[in-house]
Amino acid sequence: MIEEKVTKKVRLLPFAVLAVAVAVWTVLSLLRVFPESLFPSPLSVADGFAEEIGTGRMFNDMIASLFRVAIGFSLAAALGVPLGLVLGHHSRARAALLPAVNFFRNLSPLAWIPFAILWFGIGDAPAIFLIFMAAFFPIVLATAAAVASIPTVYFRVAHDYGFKGAELLTQVTLPAIAPQIITALRVTAGLSWVVVVAAEMIAGRDGLGFAIWDARNGLRMDLLVVGMIVIGVIGVVIDQLLLRLTRIPSVRWGYER
Amino acid sequence: MKDNLLRLENVSRSFGPVEVFTGFSLDIKRGEFAAIVGPSGCGKTTLLNLLSGFDKPSSGSVEREGRARMMYQHGGLFPWLTTSENIRLGLRHIKDEAERERQLALMLGLIGLEKFGGHYPHQLSGGMRQRVEMARALAGDTDILLLDEPFSALDYLTRLKMRRELARMLMERPRTTVLVTHDIEEAAQLADRVIVLSERPARIRRELWVDLPRPRDLTHPQVIEAIHTVLEEMGLEGDTQNALAQGT
Repeated sequence: MIEEKVTKKVRLLPFAVLAVAVAVWTVLSLLRVFPESLFPSPLSVADGFAEEIGTGRMFNDMIASLFRVAIGFSLAAALGVPLGLVLGHHSRARAALLPAVNFFRNLSPLAWIPFAILWFGIGDAPAIFLIFMAAFFPIVLATAAAVASIPTVYFRVAHDYGFKGAELLTQVTLPAIAPQIITALRVTAGLSWVVVVAAEMIAGRDGLGFAIWDARNGLRMDLLVVGMIVIGVIGVVIDQLLLRLTRIPSVRWGYER
Repeated sequence: MKDNLLRLENVSRSFGPVEVFTGFSLDIKRGEFAAIVGPSGCGKTTLLNLLSGFDKPSSGSVEREGRARMMYQHGGLFPWLTTSENIRLGLRHIKDEAERERQLALMLGLIGLEKFGGHYPHQLSGGMRQRVEMARALAGDTDILLLDEPFSALDYLTRLKMRRELARMLMERPRTTVLVTHDIEEAAQLADRVIVLSERPARIRRELWVDLPRPRDLTHPQVIEAIHTVLEEMGLEGDTQNALAQGT
C-alpha cells in the first residue's frame, strides 16, 4: 500500500515541476524583468491559445504538419525497411551501398532545403521530401544492422521446420528484427517531427512551423509560444503512441534484459 | 528399409583455409543413439549442420533418410512465439487443426508445462526452455533427432534432470539420435555408441559401445568405465605422459 502511494506521488512530480515553471514564468513577467515584447506573459499566451483555437487556424496547422510527417515518414519506412533487408542479407550490397547511405545519414536533412524549394516549390511537397530525407537513411541503416545481427540459429531452426521464401521473411526475419525496427521508427518519427517544423518555416504557407515563423514576423510572441507548446506536446504524443508498439507481447523479448 | 539412416561418406568441408573435415565417414544406424564428443573447435556444429542438411559438404556425400530435427544449446526457440506456438512449429505438417491441437496438448503434458503454453521463452527458466525445445523437436513424426549440446547452458543439477527427461521422452517417442557434446558424462550416460573425435581436421579417434538400457544411473559401473575410457582417450586421465607424447 505504501509503495502504491509513493508511485502515485512520483507520477504527480512532473505536474509539480510544470506548476513551479509556470509560477516562475508568471512572477518574472509580473515583475517585468524582461520587456513584454520579448517575454510574453502566461496570460497573453493563454489568450493566444484561445484565439488560435477559435479561428480554427491551430487545428489546420496541426493537420497540415501531421499530414506531411505521416506521408514522408511512411514513405521512408515503406522504402527504407525493404532496402535495409536487402543490405542486411547481402554482404556485397552492403559493401557497395553502406558508405553512400552513411554519407546521407550524416548529412543534415536541412542542407536539402534549398533544393527542396527549387525542385518542389512551396507547400506539402518540399516538406515531405525533407522528412523523407531525414528518416529514410537511419531506417535503412537500423534495418540492415538488425538483419545482419539475427542469430544464425534462427535460420537453422527455420530450415529444420521447412520455412522458405516469403514465409521465412514474414515468420522469421521480420519478427526477429521487429524490436529494433520499432526503436528505429521511434527515433526517426521524432526526427521527422523536428524536420517538418524547419521545413515549414522556410518552405511553407501553413503548418505549425509556418505558424511560429508567421508569429515572429507579426511580432506576436504569445502566438510563438503557443506554437512551441503545441509542437512539443504533439512530439511527445507521437513518441508515446509509438512506445505502445513496444508493449506488443511478441516483441517484448527485445526489450527485456 | 536400409539399415543406415544417416551416412557421411568421404566428406570434406572447409571454410576458407580452415579444413574442418577431410575425408570423414560416419554411419548412424536406425534407432541408434550416438554421441559425438571432441575438443572444442573440432567441428561438432559443422557436423550437425551437415547431418541436418543446413550445410553442404565441399566434397563427399551425405545420405539422410527421413526428416531430421535439431535441439539447440540455447536460444533456439523463437523468442517472438509462445511455448505453444514454438511447439506448433514442430506440428506444422499436420493439416488437421484438431489433431494438431491434440498433439500440442500431449507434448505440453509430456514436458509438464501445461500451464506455460502462453508464456514467452524469456519468461521461462533455462531448464523449461530446453524442455520446450525438446518438445518442439520431438513433436510430429520425425525420424532423426540431432542434439547440439542441448544442456550445456544449464546448471549441473538441472542438466542431470534433463538427461533423465530426454531418456524418458525417447522411450515415449523413439528416434534415431545424434548427440554432439563436450560433456563426456552426458555422452556416456545417454548413448549406445560414443564417438571420440580428434582435433581439426576431425577424424574418429575411438568408438565405444555402452550396452545398457536407458535411463541409466550416472554412477553405473559401465557408465563410469565409459567415462574413464573417453577421458583417457582424450589424454585427460591416466598416463598423462603418454598423452602428452601423443601431442594432445
